[in-house]
Amino acid sequence: MSDFKGILRLALQALVRNKARSLLTMLGIVIGVAAVIVTVAIGSGARQSVQNSINALGSNMIVVQPGSLNSGGARGGFGSASTLTPDDGMALAHLPGVAAVTPTVTVRAQVVANDNNWQTQINGVAPTYTQIRSWPMASGTMFGQSDIASSAKVAVLGQTVVGQLFPGGQNPIGQTILIRNVPFTVIGTLAPLGQSGIGQDQDDTVLIPYSSAMQRLTGLSTVNSIMVSALTADQVSAVQSEVTSILEQRHHIPAGQTDDFQVRNLQSIAAAASSTGAVMEFLLAGVAAVSLIVGGIGIMNIMMVSVTERTREIGLRMSVGARAATILNQFLTESVVLSSIGGVIGIVFGFIGTMLVAALAKWPTQIPFGWVIASVLFSGLVGVFFGYYPAKKASNLNPIEALRFE
Amino acid sequence: MQNRGDDLVVKVRDLRKVYDLGDSQVVALAGIDLDIHHGEFLAVMGPSGSGKSTFMQITGLLDNPTSGSYWFEGTDVSHLDRDARADIRSRRLGFVFQAYNLLPRTSALENVELPMVYAGIPAEERRRIAIEKMKLVGVDQLADHAPNQMSGGQQQRVAIARSLVNNPGLILADEPTGALDTKTSEDVMRIFTELNEEQCITIMLVTHEPDIAAHAKRIVTFRDGHVVSDTLRLRRFAPPLRMTRVGRFAPPLRMTKWR
Repeated sequence: MSDFKGILRLALQALVRNKARSLLTMLGIVIGVAAVIVTVAIGSGARQSVQNSINALGSNMIVVQPGSLNSGGARGGFGSASTLTPDDGMALAHLPGVAAVTPTVTVRAQVVANDNNWQTQINGVAPTYTQIRSWPMASGTMFGQSDIASSAKVAVLGQTVVGQLFPGGQNPIGQTILIRNVPFTVIGTLAPLGQSGIGQDQDDTVLIPYSSAMQRLTGLSTVNSIMVSALTADQVSAVQSEVTSILEQRHHIPAGQTDDFQVRNLQSIAAAASSTGAVMEFLLAGVAAVSLIVGGIGIMNIMMVSVTERTREIGLRMSVGARAATILNQFLTESVVLSSIGGVIGIVFGFIGTMLVAALAKWPTQIPFGWVIASVLFSGLVGVFFGYYPAKKASNLNPIEALRFE
Repeated sequence: MQNRGDDLVVKVRDLRKVYDLGDSQVVALAGIDLDIHHGEFLAVMGPSGSGKSTFMQITGLLDNPTSGSYWFEGTDVSHLDRDARADIRSRRLGFVFQAYNLLPRTSALENVELPMVYAGIPAEERRRIAIEKMKLVGVDQLADHAPNQMSGGQQQRVAIARSLVNNPGLILADEPTGALDTKTSEDVMRIFTELNEEQCITIMLVTHEPDIAAHAKRIVTFRDGHVVSDTLRLRRFAPPLRMTRVGRFAPPLRMTKWR
């Protein structure tokens, strides 16, 4: 007899005859597969949330900084050359693939409001800054293009600064603050953003128009950097080379000469974080896979016991005409059916477990369907691998001795 | 009734079986010559160690002889491999065991169908044949019962039905009444007798109980691996007496117990 349906039927009959044992055997695989799915879902969710926060930082973002100043052979660090101007920024704004551009002028300064004072980072930026950083407002409004044109003395405060300058919980909107003794009117506050990837408090900042910062705080015609945001992550490298060639033209850098600026993007950081997440995910899945293997050994154990316990049955099957290969296939089918059904139940439990983790621990989770398919295939493979030896043992029995077995 | 000569179901010549136990050898069969014709009901008797069980195993193609020849239904089967033997068992042989050997927690019907599963017979036909054979031995009303819901006698009848489903050329019954009380034993033997007389099924019965062997038409006695007697027992309305070749090392044919 070689038809698969017949063998499958025999195997199913044998499994149904021993329901309790079949269920217990399956349990190992159920737990293994569920563990793989839950851990990978957590790992992959964590990776996704890291990815999201990096995206929030601006994975589409390109930062142009001044290059090094070379004076008489002594090379300064980046930023030592003061060559970037707001006009450079304007020139980049209309490139294809560019979503928004802002120059930034950064100054550390003492800020005073009524009786409180606080040293913080003053960022002179364009109105597009909040858009580039995906940074929503908490209250009030961001300054506009007219404020840039008029170098208006208006400020938007980060939440840390709000807390330091207005500890009583009073509304900062409309209040006047002094930045290096220059009075600015608070017109808005930023939503809290928390710490950056390198542990910096991003909320400890005050935004003012870059023109105001240049005129009233630095007195320089150059800016510290220009932030360019590409429309999509795919366009980042194209935009980056566009930016480089435009600025080379504007700064009259001949081909082959060292640029007086530096163009960088955050994608390498994002890639690093993402690969760290992938390593974590594999590690977790590896630990979970060990439990799958333990489940497989459980199957082998039970199948060995089953072969011994059913020795007489095997002898009978042989005496009524079952070939050795048929016995082998039947036992192999039993273990594959056990492990596959266990795998499917494990997926169900894995989904439930993942939902519980998401609901109770409020962790971000993401069920990766590749892993779901892989764990089912793997559990089937476990069935074949760990079922083969007991099945081979069964098929090698001598029918005479098997029939006499007590 | 029978066409003597080409109706040989079993023909063995100088059949030997030696078990190698490493440091010693045990001769279980020391040269057996025996013919079993179609329609015979043969009892193989002998004390334990006489070789009767070994003879049944070889006749039933569960094992190969060490030497000698065995023709089953005209085919030389002395040196077949495992699979070829399994195929003949599946199509041409029926087994009845002392311990019934029904699959536990499996209905009588499914137990009876089992040999046909291995013979590759389609499901509907399996069911039809199984019910037909269960009717023949009077257990068709037990089709849905599991073995533990049946008496010993009922289980053995189900086992007999199972041995019949492939219309075997030979049924081998190994101590079929060994686990049954006297009355149930009589019932089971009556079924064998009916199958033999009405269905003309060839039966080889292995037993050490003379009362049970007395149901057969021919009694072959083994001792120390030899056939020591081969007796025909005539009954009214039974087929006419047949002369059977007797083993070389056995005493001449004896006729006893005329009834």
